[in-house]
Amino acid sequence: MAQKHYIFIGVLILAVLAGIFAYPTPFNNGIKFLNDKLSWTLPQFPDKPFILGLDLQGGVSLVYQADLSQTTDKATAMSGLRDIIERRVNMFGVSEPVVQIQGQDRLSVELPGVTNVQQAIQMIGQTPYLEFGEQKSEEEIKYIQDVIKKVQDAQSKEGATIKDIEKIKDWQLALQGQAAFFKPTELTGKYLTKAVIIFDQTTYKPQIQLQFNADGDKIFADVTGRNIKKPIAIFLDGASIIDTNGDGKIDNQDLYAPIVENKITGGKAVITGDMSNQVATSIASRLNSGALPVKIGSPISQETVGPTLGSVSLQKSLVAGLYGLLMIAIFMVVFYRLPGLLASIALVIYVALVLSIFKLIPVTLTLAGIGGFILSIGMAVDANILIFARMKEEIKLGKGLATAIEEGFKRAWPSIRDSNSNSLIVCAILFFVTTSFIKGFAFTLALGILVSLFSAIFITRILLMVFIGKWAEKAKWLL
Amino acid sequence: MQFNFTKFSKIYYIVSAILIIASIASLFTYGLKFGIEFVGGSNMQVDFSQARPSNENIQDTLKAFNLGEIIVQPTGQNGAIMQFKGVDEATHQQILAELNKANPLTEKSFQYIGASVGQELRNKTELAIFLALVAITLYIAFAFRKVSKPVSSWKYGVASLLALIHDIIVPLGIFSILGHFYNVEITIPIIAALLTILGFSVHDTIVIFDRIRENILRRGMGQFEDTVNLSLTQTLGRSISTVLTVEFVLVSLYFFGGETLKYFALALIIGITSGAYSSIFIASPLLVSWYKHSLNKQ
Repeated sequence: MAQKHYIFIGVLILAVLAGIFAYPTPFNNGIKFLNDKLSWTLPQFPDKPFILGLDLQGGVSLVYQADLSQTTDKATAMSGLRDIIERRVNMFGVSEPVVQIQGQDRLSVELPGVTNVQQAIQMIGQTPYLEFGEQKSEEEIKYIQDVIKKVQDAQSKEGATIKDIEKIKDWQLALQGQAAFFKPTELTGKYLTKAVIIFDQTTYKPQIQLQFNADGDKIFADVTGRNIKKPIAIFLDGASIIDTNGDGKIDNQDLYAPIVENKITGGKAVITGDMSNQVATSIASRLNSGALPVKIGSPISQETVGPTLGSVSLQKSLVAGLYGLLMIAIFMVVFYRLPGLLASIALVIYVALVLSIFKLIPVTLTLAGIGGFILSIGMAVDANILIFARMKEEIKLGKGLATAIEEGFKRAWPSIRDSNSNSLIVCAILFFVTTSFIKGFAFTLALGILVSLFSAIFITRILLMVFIGKWAEKAKWLL
Repeated sequence: MQFNFTKFSKIYYIVSAILIIASIASLFTYGLKFGIEFVGGSNMQVDFSQARPSNENIQDTLKAFNLGEIIVQPTGQNGAIMQFKGVDEATHQQILAELNKANPLTEKSFQYIGASVGQELRNKTELAIFLALVAITLYIAFAFRKVSKPVSSWKYGVASLLALIHDIIVPLGIFSILGHFYNVEITIPIIAALLTILGFSVHDTIVIFDRIRENILRRGMGQFEDTVNLSLTQTLGRSISTVLTVEFVLVSLYFFGGETLKYFALALIIGITSGAYSSIFIASPLLVSWYKHSLNKQ
């Protein structure tokens, strides 16, 4: 076997893998069928889903303008704000929200699948609220523990309904988790000047230093004075400031409550404890966001897409792409015969490759991106057309087939290079200068151009070399 | 076989001049109708559960909200797209409730763009178009730097730039007419399409100019006009094939691709057709006319 055959087999394997990766359903159904019939245990091909943008899966996208006039360190204030909003959105129960800083003072919030936009906007727009809570009295704690026990007993009974639980007095206390044992103190975020991380001189462990203002100093002394050897819980927006039980989310099972060692006067306090740098940074940043809240008000732009509109547009554009692909294939076979057929095969491999890359990177697909991708299908055959036109000319000049193919690729290359570089330049400008919609378009178009160079030049060439041998000299009508 | 493309240069120039003047006239009289992403405002798409009420009916329902100019456009079977001034989420919900009371409906999408965001986007787009034009001209001058005789390399750059301007002005003119008579707006997808046209229409020009450069090297510098015509004849098949394959996907996108990508596809169809025309009938004849002009001067 010649070298070209090995390369051909390589291309074939790549193409099949890309095809299955891009659309594994039929393959996996086949495997399942075999497994069922022959009781084999062949593994299924991993089905990695495409990541769809908000316009295709539905949801709301909001852009906020932060008021940074009160802050000096704008970058820190923005990342603190981002953290706060992300935390809130996560508590709201949105799956895979994206909160990003845009430019200097903009925050974009993407909430897939959210339909109650008004509530989401209200929740995001609230000013962060930091509060310090102290333990309730012993009688109260005992009472709450009793209520929790009653609720748990009621829940464990067979056939228990919500009605049964609602009969228990103060049943709501059982749902508050750790926060139920605490009551708010007079101390809130407005008395905190700032929080900084310092490192212990001997152990080098991170500690968090709190600095209160003059009023805060007095209140803090009061609160610590009456809570010696007791915990002070820190709540942000009514929930624990960090995830303390390490389950990856902040809920009512979490509680961050350092123990007061002594009455603290002088407006400065240090929280010690065994914590990682990351946790300390996160606590300090959130304390600061509560101390100097950045206001964001209402969104400066909003886009809500219903769940059906997105899937309809997705389906329609995919169907359109498929029709386009089919028409190109027919055209290529009619006008360029055998090479046209091979180019069509290369084009199908191209589609599988690009879709696989979309899944691998992964690229968030928006309608604009799909538009760019479909356009690139139309442009991808251009290189092949240039090459085939050259080949035909060379054959007309009486050159042998192998030479004609070689010359075709060689002579068409400068034009292919120049015209595609030009498109790539435009894509780069679009990507760096404009907004997210066009960025998505420019990115998929550029990716498409690069992959199409590979498919139109490398893959088509291998196919031509393998399928057009000496026999074709006698069947020139095919070319 | 060789076609004599340049024989009718004057006719092409006149046709293109008429197209460009008509486009510019339309741009000046009708202007462009920019979408809310450029001027700020609200856009709401709904689907009525029963037959769509008349536009006047919808506008009457919305009158109480003081929404400035309200544009209502039917879409799909029972759908409508409404555009009005920017409103906050609370007002949006009230509008939705009011519309729902008059005629039961489901909301498909809602978009609100603040005025400052729109202005910013306009500036960014202008910058992108300017940079793209400069980059393309520079690239062509660079790509043809080795060709200096009988027509110097910068003239190739200028000729393709003129063809490019032609390809941008004509679609803009058509969209200004569509905007005036059919409320078709310049939206971000259409800007993306126009910028792609910038890249794509130069493709054709580059391929043809490449062939001219190659033929000059093969045949020598004499008979420049004949060389240009030969090159155009040789590349004609490719030009037609390439434009057709791209138009296939675009036409299919226009008819089957859904609302958002429809005018995106239309802009590309107009621009790419115009690009193919201008590469053959404007850019190359311009080179010949320019060459003849400088011969006459000598």
